[in-house]
Amino acid sequence: MAETLSRSQNPREWLAFALVWGSAALVTATFCWLLGDIVWHGLSHVSWTFLTAPPENAGRRGGIGPILVSTSLILGVCLAVSLPIGIGTAVLLAEFTSDQSLFGRMTRRSLDVLAGVPSIVFGLFGNAFFCKTLGLGFSILSGGLTLACMVLPILIRSTEEGFRAVPASYRLSAAALGLSRTTTLVHLLLPAAVPGLLVGLVLGVGRAIAETAALIFTSGYVDRMPESLLDSGRALSIHIFDLSMNVSGGDANAYASTLVLVIMLLAINGTASWLATYGLHRKVVTV
Amino acid sequence: MTPVEPITGPRVRHPLEERPACPASQPIVEVDRLSLYYGGKPAFQDVTLSINKGCITALVGPSGCGKTSFLTCLNRLTDLIAGCRVSGRITIDALDVLAPGINVIQLRRRIGMIFQKPNPFPLTIRRNLEFPLREHGLRGREQIARIIETTLRDVGLWDEVKDRLDSPALALSGGQQQRLCIARALALLPEVLLMDEPCSALDPLSSGVVEDLIVGLRERYTVLIVTHNLAQARRIADYAALFWVQNGAGRLIETGAAKQIFEEPRDPLTAAYVSGMRG
Repeated sequence: MAETLSRSQNPREWLAFALVWGSAALVTATFCWLLGDIVWHGLSHVSWTFLTAPPENAGRRGGIGPILVSTSLILGVCLAVSLPIGIGTAVLLAEFTSDQSLFGRMTRRSLDVLAGVPSIVFGLFGNAFFCKTLGLGFSILSGGLTLACMVLPILIRSTEEGFRAVPASYRLSAAALGLSRTTTLVHLLLPAAVPGLLVGLVLGVGRAIAETAALIFTSGYVDRMPESLLDSGRALSIHIFDLSMNVSGGDANAYASTLVLVIMLLAINGTASWLATYGLHRKVVTV
Repeated sequence: MTPVEPITGPRVRHPLEERPACPASQPIVEVDRLSLYYGGKPAFQDVTLSINKGCITALVGPSGCGKTSFLTCLNRLTDLIAGCRVSGRITIDALDVLAPGINVIQLRRRIGMIFQKPNPFPLTIRRNLEFPLREHGLRGREQIARIIETTLRDVGLWDEVKDRLDSPALALSGGQQQRLCIARALALLPEVLLMDEPCSALDPLSSGVVEDLIVGLRERYTVLIVTHNLAQARRIADYAALFWVQNGAGRLIETGAAKQIFEEPRDPLTAAYVSGMRG
């Protein structure tokens, strides 16, 4: 009896094993293939000149200097706007709003819906509101603000989770010692909530830096070096889109630009997880 | 809110030595017909009790009879709980605790609290003690260092941690963490210490160390301790109060000198509880 049981069990066990490992291998292999393809075709074109020189002949030749500058500026505007608003809203939701209150529930629900809205909708909204209504035109500022709107829901929700993950005993013991709410927030809760904030930041920045649809309508196509935030500037993702779809013979530079984008993403991810494990751990312990 | 009164002047010299010895039955905390409701449901009702200065008063009784809730009224931690309503009157040294306009931060400096589970902040040992002191207006580096040493000596932790004051407090053992929390409360020179089952989350050895420490606080501090451990209450308490659930709400059944409560209880419920027949 025991023998038949183990015999009938073994193939099923094996099948489950193969399925689980097979899907994991498939995902990893797809990613590796993608990455390998990008590195293989792109690496030989990436050089210091490529990173600094302006694009020539619609991007077929030359580099991506101005495009990197525009991308960083758009990202900078996005973070400068979304970080303070995001942290502020997360603090309000997690520390000063009860779970059951109508305001809290409505805000959370809206944020969850917003987080799932397709980026093209944010692009059209940005175009209508920032470019036209506020008169900012096609500019780095419009693009950055639009991205901020897109990143905020993710950033707020994950920072809020960070605050909620802080044990209630910190708040109680701090209050019992006569510490004010502000002090408790700044010195105890905020450092403890930083891992959540970083997760939101990585997800948000990842979404922002790879964004194409929302930026086509807001920051525009212009590949000159921007002179101010009100200039139009081409983001890296738009450059890649343009080179691969609209410019014949632009494939080599498209690959190289993609490689740069992927390296930027990996660098941001790496920095964030390093901060979460080392930098902040030390800070939390020795504030 | 008025600014927090800085802890300066003679008060800081040595937190523990300049206190009057425990005078016989001189009340410091007076509780009059205190009731507490969580969203309309009573946790305890009509508790009238006075706590004597410099003595250890044990609150005993089965779980869920409102002992911990009673403690949190005294330092207004109830303010943090949504839907919580307190009625009645509490005075601590003539201060009306439940008055709406009082300085709660100052009140909580005067009424220290120790929780069941040790809860040091995720900071270094030194910062755990220094941070609340700075928050209450103490700035002098040497003064802070001296208070840290004094309080750590008072809780018997100094020799164990003096070489690693800058290592994380959470790396200490449970008993050490609890003693650090007691030191953190003592550093603010409280008049009353509220202790919510301070030994129940600790192993027997650490529990004994913390218990001895509490006994050592007698006379210099007024200690109000919730405990489920009747033997412990019998060992350390000067006064005892028995809470019990009646008609769905906690009530104070009997209060008096610990010796009387444990040896000649007047109420039959108390007699049954202290003899181990109920609860």
